[in-house]
Amino acid sequence: MRRGNGTRVAAVKLTEHQAKTLLAERGVLTPAGRLARSPSDAVAAAGEIGERVVVKAQVRTGGRGNAGGIIIVDSAREAGEAADRLLGTRIGDEPVGAVLVEQAEEISAEHYLAVTIDPSSGQTMLLRSARGGVEVETMADSITREFVEPGHLVHDEPAATLLAAFIELDALLIEINPLAKTTDGRLIAIDAKIELDDAARFRHVDLFEGLASTESEGTDRERAAADIGLRLVELGGDIAVLANGAGLTMATMDAIVAAGGRPANFLEIGGDAYTKAAPALEIVLSQPGVSSLLVNFCGAFARCDVMTAGVIDGWETLRSDHPNLPINFSISGTGQDEARQLVRNRLNLEPHNTMAEAVAAAIAGAESSGAFP
Amino acid sequence: MIIETEHRVIVQGITGAQGTYWTEQMQAYGTTIIGGVNPRKPGIEHLGVPVFASAVEAAETLGRIDVSVLFVPPAGALAAVGDAIEAGIRLVVVLTEFIPVHDTMTMIAMANECGCRIIGPNTAGTVTPGQTFVGFMPAFDDRIFRPGRIGVVSRSGSLGTLTALELTRAGYGQSAFVGIGGDPVSGTTTLEAVAALDTHRGTDAIVIIGEIGGRKEEDAAMAVAACSKPVVSFIAGAAAPVGTRMGHAGAIIEGTTGTHSSKKAALVEAGAIVVDVPWEIPGALAVCSIGPDRKHQTEEKSTVGDTT
Repeated sequence: MRRGNGTRVAAVKLTEHQAKTLLAERGVLTPAGRLARSPSDAVAAAGEIGERVVVKAQVRTGGRGNAGGIIIVDSAREAGEAADRLLGTRIGDEPVGAVLVEQAEEISAEHYLAVTIDPSSGQTMLLRSARGGVEVETMADSITREFVEPGHLVHDEPAATLLAAFIELDALLIEINPLAKTTDGRLIAIDAKIELDDAARFRHVDLFEGLASTESEGTDRERAAADIGLRLVELGGDIAVLANGAGLTMATMDAIVAAGGRPANFLEIGGDAYTKAAPALEIVLSQPGVSSLLVNFCGAFARCDVMTAGVIDGWETLRSDHPNLPINFSISGTGQDEARQLVRNRLNLEPHNTMAEAVAAAIAGAESSGAFP
Repeated sequence: MIIETEHRVIVQGITGAQGTYWTEQMQAYGTTIIGGVNPRKPGIEHLGVPVFASAVEAAETLGRIDVSVLFVPPAGALAAVGDAIEAGIRLVVVLTEFIPVHDTMTMIAMANECGCRIIGPNTAGTVTPGQTFVGFMPAFDDRIFRPGRIGVVSRSGSLGTLTALELTRAGYGQSAFVGIGGDPVSGTTTLEAVAALDTHRGTDAIVIIGEIGGRKEEDAAMAVAACSKPVVSFIAGAAAPVGTRMGHAGAIIEGTTGTHSSKKAALVEAGAIVVDVPWEIPGALAVCSIGPDRKHQTEEKSTVGDTT
């Protein structure tokens, strides 16, 4: 079994070009386009497609258009210049490594079409609006929602194709926005988003090849954590937190904040990742500004003795780099007696009796050894 | 969804390391394990119970099976649930995490069609203190779980464990712990668990342990408003950074729901007390005039009324 993701499903987001390729293969009309990785590529692509083209940065970050990532040009030379301007820059946190050079379509109307999962009912839901575009979510009244129960048939295109692809690809989301009506009457996908379910990677090996999950986005340390199967979010505070399970980890952060402290991170080592306490500790202690460590374990499936032994092993190799770091433990649940004894024997520390006590001590520890003014 | 000693339980995936370890714990606690399933090892005996090739074959030999619990890898979970449903089992506890969400949707649709309830996936299971546990909760530690009158519904196993610990420490035993699981799509929702505990005779008050993300707590508000018993809740994630949403569709469906403030507002509006840290739960129960078990006992014995 693989590690848990708390309340999230790990999504694999495709770029516009990847999404459109999958849709086009299934018969959805998309503008003629080519991927370009250099300005000269872009010039050549524009030359093939036609003079008036759109040059679009291939990033998965939202708000790409507003960030200047989409440029309409009237010649192949200008397409090269646009590519030159976009390639190597960053949109959001994401570097622009490729641009999509596409035929500019003459549009008479913009619609919206998406298929996703409704979290309340757990059913597939088809969303449609006659008025698409970047502000579509602000026009909730114009959007129709249709539950798609098993066996339910949708007869119109491209909705039927989208639904079939949704199931075939193990998608979490397929969205065409806008789905444009051209002045010559074609219905064409101007932009498309697809998010796949990372949990379904095992049955789509070719499709997922080279695709990273959203778990691997973020800072260098967050990516390093993702590489060993840990989910880290850096928060910038001074109290490093190691806890098991997303729920307990969030509750630990909440308790620190409620008591006036500043958590340095969210790092979950629940599920099968409970054996990775040592590398997890190394990652959280490498964050700048950390001046206190709180270890909060509540073992159910994850055994406290295994997690605690990992923390202590990690600490023994790292402690010389952090000579004055206060460590506070709160340990209960599966394996707690062995775990508490390990802390006493190997670290000569007494685990706290309650989580409240451990949180208060961790905050006091950060204040006394603090890197923050 | 509250599993008692008389319920007959099988373990699908009983021979693996985790299946073996937790089956032993369940047996020692009092859960009535009558058999196991491993398609590759039919005919053997493991932990004192017979192992079958399928749940269907187990049912043919063993007769009535009330509950199945799955220690099965993600790729095999859908087929295993289908097998359990075909065997006529009406409660299936799916511990497996990282099941593709389309498989989860399929198994829930199959279960609904056959009158079967799924708890999970990605749940740590259920505990009926003093009687049974099904899954991997530290039920066997009486510093954490004790028989009593508080029903707990939790998305998280670790936070559910902490909650039981804080309740027990304050003198509140538990009537039932229902882990609904951490996945966005679940066979049993918070709403359904609250409704079940509302009609459960052994339960005096309900604790909802939620988390940011999704809309299970907002949806549960309807059951809380209709509930005849006091409801106390802790929602984890007040201090968490705001997560990313899935395209425009995510924003359209979720609207303003999914955040800590939206969940808290919905539950408070429905009449629940929402606390800021887990150890405030016992105090909130006291505010609802639900006293600890020890106090009940002392009051019964005492001739002098002290109701503080």
